[in-house]
Amino acid sequence: MAKKEYSFYPGCSSQKAASSSNYQVSVDSMCNELDIQLNTIPDWNCCSASIGYAGGGELPRIALSARNLALSEQANPGQDVVATCAACWLATKETKERLHEDDGLMEETNQALSAAGLNVKADQKVRHMVEVLIEDFGYDELGKHVKKPLDGIKIAGYVGCQTNRPFGIDGESFENPKYLDKLVETMGAEPIEKYEKKVQCCGGALAFSEPEKSQAMIKDIIEAAYDGGADMIATPCPVCQMNVEVYQNHINKKYNTKFKMPVVYYSQLMSVAYGKNYKESGLNGQVITPEKLSIIAKK
Amino acid sequence: MGNLNTTMIEKYRNSFLHEVEANVEEGEWVKMCMQCGVCSGSCPLGPHWDHPPQELFMMIRAGKREEVLTSSSMWMCTSCYNCIVRCPRELPITHIMHGLAHYAKRLGLVPENQQTEKFAQLFWDNLTNTGRVNELKLGLKLYFMNGFGEGIKMSLKMQDVGLNMLKTGRMSPFELLGGHSIKDKTGFHAMLQKAKELEDAKIAKHGA
Repeated sequence: MAKKEYSFYPGCSSQKAASSSNYQVSVDSMCNELDIQLNTIPDWNCCSASIGYAGGGELPRIALSARNLALSEQANPGQDVVATCAACWLATKETKERLHEDDGLMEETNQALSAAGLNVKADQKVRHMVEVLIEDFGYDELGKHVKKPLDGIKIAGYVGCQTNRPFGIDGESFENPKYLDKLVETMGAEPIEKYEKKVQCCGGALAFSEPEKSQAMIKDIIEAAYDGGADMIATPCPVCQMNVEVYQNHINKKYNTKFKMPVVYYSQLMSVAYGKNYKESGLNGQVITPEKLSIIAKK
Repeated sequence: MGNLNTTMIEKYRNSFLHEVEANVEEGEWVKMCMQCGVCSGSCPLGPHWDHPPQELFMMIRAGKREEVLTSSSMWMCTSCYNCIVRCPRELPITHIMHGLAHYAKRLGLVPENQQTEKFAQLFWDNLTNTGRVNELKLGLKLYFMNGFGEGIKMSLKMQDVGLNMLKTGRMSPFELLGGHSIKDKTGFHAMLQKAKELEDAKIAKHGA
């Protein structure tokens, strides 16, 4: 297949030494194998995720994502905007839709952007990396690149919220999306098919402001993975990954559990299956080591 | 802000619904609610809301202005979007909750010490400072947002999480010294200032 190019919006958490920097490492490795060229939007800014609304009204928040779209149009004309972070994708896609639904908003947004010497049309597609994999490659093509099948690993595919709602992946249901299980299977691992917490909310940003309430939900997400016999959880979302992985000690203390459930990104599964090593797959960024995946990565 | 609240009460004396329609993000959808309760039943933090979304919509129509705007309810929204995809009338409920929360804040009606309101404001201040989130500074501000004593307690409690993030290279102490930033901060700040001015002017006009 010929090289594919996209305008890339990496997002704050993927930056060097940030909370999902290991996601970015694995995405780079995966894209290298698939001959995907990610052209980073120059000088991109934060989208304010889904928690910017206290300080930012509708227009300032829309302006944030519109600035990224405008910069993308300038530097990478004609290219789809691709995000790896669920919140980045949601905010940017939401902005594009609202600008086209509301002429007044488009005009005001461009008035604000002109203060930064920019102008937006917002006519490009805004896509999640998972959409690129499924729609521009497809499971068969993704499977052809597998060098080391993930034999014998049982994986709970935790899709979470914002990669799934309100937009989701075309052709998938909001209540029982199957794409993550299909990706897991394509990499030679075994999906936990009846993972009932696959679209359960982890609390999102409220894991910081309402930790007790969020951790009660996270506990259920992990427990269901154990009940299904999973060796690890896989997710497409940086907030899901962090929330479900890093508070397990606290949950163990509070609920008298013995959780030690690894939580990885789909791109890490793919990097390892594509023959990339431990570090190239970002596995040195895991707080809880996914043993079975690490063994294959080090082989 | 107290003034704006009084102005709005005067202006919309007879209809809180009209006030919401004119001033709250996606507020024009509120009247479309058919009171089925699917949103309330779908909310992951539902049991923790004083008034779940369906109830808020009914209260808005019933003119219960103060009860709605001073409620902590909409600050319980985790932005999971369950309600949006399940609503038979396709109300953008998540956005209306964000809009109500923002409007309550604009009018100075948020309950004291509302934790999500505090964190969300910290997040906004953090990202607008350099154009990108500085996770380390955000985390520290979060721990200390309820005072110094509480901050020390939180820092100790969260020590294992911080150390794990440092050890795995997912956090860096160097972020305290400036940290990640966009280049065109001047243009970025001018853009946000202009957006805020446009929005404030619109609200002021509605209140006039």
